[in-house]
Amino acid sequence: MKQEFTISLFSEDHIGILNQITIILTRRQINIESITASESAVKGVQLLTLVVKTTPDMVRKVAKQMEKLVDVLKVFVHSSDEIIYQEIALYKVTTKGLMSGNVIDHVVRTHHARILEVSPEYMIIEKTGHKSEIAELLDQLEPYGVLQFVRSGRVAITKQVKELNSYLKEMDEANRFKPEEIESYNKN
Amino acid sequence: MNTDLETDMKKEKATNNEPTLNGSEQVTGADALLRSLIEEGVDTIFGYPGGAIMPVYDKLLDYEDKLKHILTRHEQGAAHAAQAYAMVSGKPGICFATSGPGATNLITGIANAYLDSIPMVFITAQVVSTLIGTDAFQETDILGVSMPVTKWNCQVKKAQDIPDIIAKAFYIATTGRPGPVLIDITKDAQNEKLSFKYKKCTYLRSYNPHIPLHTKAIESAAIMINHAERPLILAGHGVLISGAEKELREFAEKTGIPVAVTLLGISSFPSGHRLYAGFLGMHGNYGPNLLTNEADLIIAIGMRFDDRVTGNLKKYARQARIIHIEIDEAEINKNVQVDLEIHNDAKEVLSHLIPLVGKKTYESWVREFRICDKTEFDKVIKSETKPDSGDIKMGEVINLVSELTGGDAVIVTDVGQNQMAAARYFRFTNPNSLVTSGGMGTMGFGLPASIGAKIGNPGRQVVAFIGDGGFQMTIQELGTILHYRIPVKIIILNNGYLGMVRQWQDMFFKKRYASTELVNPDFVTIAAGYKIPGIKVLERAELKKSLIELLKSDGPYLLDIKIDKEGNVLPMIEPGASVSEVTLNYKS
Repeated sequence: MKQEFTISLFSEDHIGILNQITIILTRRQINIESITASESAVKGVQLLTLVVKTTPDMVRKVAKQMEKLVDVLKVFVHSSDEIIYQEIALYKVTTKGLMSGNVIDHVVRTHHARILEVSPEYMIIEKTGHKSEIAELLDQLEPYGVLQFVRSGRVAITKQVKELNSYLKEMDEANRFKPEEIESYNKN
Repeated sequence: MNTDLETDMKKEKATNNEPTLNGSEQVTGADALLRSLIEEGVDTIFGYPGGAIMPVYDKLLDYEDKLKHILTRHEQGAAHAAQAYAMVSGKPGICFATSGPGATNLITGIANAYLDSIPMVFITAQVVSTLIGTDAFQETDILGVSMPVTKWNCQVKKAQDIPDIIAKAFYIATTGRPGPVLIDITKDAQNEKLSFKYKKCTYLRSYNPHIPLHTKAIESAAIMINHAERPLILAGHGVLISGAEKELREFAEKTGIPVAVTLLGISSFPSGHRLYAGFLGMHGNYGPNLLTNEADLIIAIGMRFDDRVTGNLKKYARQARIIHIEIDEAEINKNVQVDLEIHNDAKEVLSHLIPLVGKKTYESWVREFRICDKTEFDKVIKSETKPDSGDIKMGEVINLVSELTGGDAVIVTDVGQNQMAAARYFRFTNPNSLVTSGGMGTMGFGLPASIGAKIGNPGRQVVAFIGDGGFQMTIQELGTILHYRIPVKIIILNNGYLGMVRQWQDMFFKKRYASTELVNPDFVTIAAGYKIPGIKVLERAELKKSLIELLKSDGPYLLDIKIDKEGNVLPMIEPGASVSEVTLNYKS
């Protein structure tokens, strides 16, 4: 059964990581539902948040293949209930349409949206939430003339207690050569 | 090839080494590259020059005493030769090519090394950095092109980065599960000056070749092994890569468990050993395939359950519990769901496992393998290796070479029937003795690989079995053999067909031989043009004498042996069939 998974991939800040990731997903015919790149809480570490729809078995396989990449530090796969996540959307709607009746007030209140800009021709509305909530607002605005709509990729934070830093520390300890190993390596 | 005359002439004037204040020398990027390679213990490079890489080739002349460059006749040949060099010498294979077509010609060789986990460092040149992205002459985005088939790749645009990047390349290529890396160096970086200092790379934050040993898992494995009744070891390439042949033998002998090997695992366990179960896979031996589905415990060591080994996955070893010892975590539970995973190096795991397992024998279980061997001998091997009449058989040739060399030779194969016959009928006695294209199945691999194998291990006899089809895919490498007088022994198993494809047409396409019959040139005459002596062998009576002639000659030698035109390699697991449905007696 296909489900939605959020992949949080921590990597070195090197050129070409995204290319390597998409190669892995393309080979398995997995579509990226959304993607966000940002820095992480650890200096110099880049965070990619990908949302994919696939089977639990397949997401486990591709996550291992991603983690195998030389520049990738750690990959976490989460189902939606294991993370706190948000997406942000902007709507450009005709002012004329919205001014008719009590629409603006209704929209802003019930959807916890904000108005960013108002001009004689259009209004820009911002909404943060889950994909379904954003879609709901879009549906409601549609009759009033939506000129533009855009939704961001997902940003997610995990509920787990163990943070990236402690993983990095463990990896670091396992991975460092012991002095005698360095010596024998240099002899070769 | 483009020579980019203007830039070349400018830079010719400014290549003297000037010592600096802090004692480190000012050298060019090209110098730094070659010095870095020397620091890593490199002494042999396979390659082909061209416009963008000319600064490096120019500097090669200054290091002739330390770096031997083998000029192949095509970049693909350089890649395969360097791979074979790595496979027999245990050192990483090094390969140079220029930008654009030089780099893209390497791709088949890089992909081949990637699928077979061979440590290799490919150096490609790139157009000057200001031209990158402009579709300049001989510009290719080789990073993008090679990304899916390299373990790691990187572009260098500044000379000062060269030593560190080369150090990183060697560290990544040779540690963990080895693989090819590609470094793309712009022409301006080759000419730019830097102060050279070299430090080997021993650590990367994001890359973990050293995996902590999971002792609990090893203890669990020992318990499973000690309680097994029909256990079977599957030994793969990982055994050879980690140098665990001794440990594998000790482990097998102590536990009494029979050992089956994958194609690339061949020669990790002696073929003549009483516990040798044979070669696994589509054209492997009868016993190990059939009995995979009878075993109650499978101990897979350094192998990846390739589809050619497993056949139909739904019917593969469902009755068995599986222990998977594998250094690449992404291979565990990829194709076959295992019961116990030990994610680590084969040698490390085996040496910790040996003291924990009990001494045992499995008389009746091992006897089942011997019974299968007997069946296979009667139905296939006897007529294939010792035919009384008719045309010469591939198995017959390989069996004779095996006898004449006492099983002590490096066997290089091309791909197809010649490869399967060599894997089946040569009785290997020493490790790292089979050089073949496993995962990729690259036709044309054999001839250039034989060159690299001989250079990588000049003390050993190198015999290449190549079909008449594959031979013509890289036939130009006869020029390399002539150029360097490389004493390789080439045996063309000539059936006038693309034999394996014809076999499949015979078996699965109603004998409709579409584009598989070849009109061939006279290979002996061609060899003579390259000053390589050769004989055409048409009759069985001449076969042994010719093989002796080939083996005792000092220089390169070629035999063109006329083989049974429509011989099929058997047994076979048909596509989609289970390992237990391995068939011995297909009749067309």
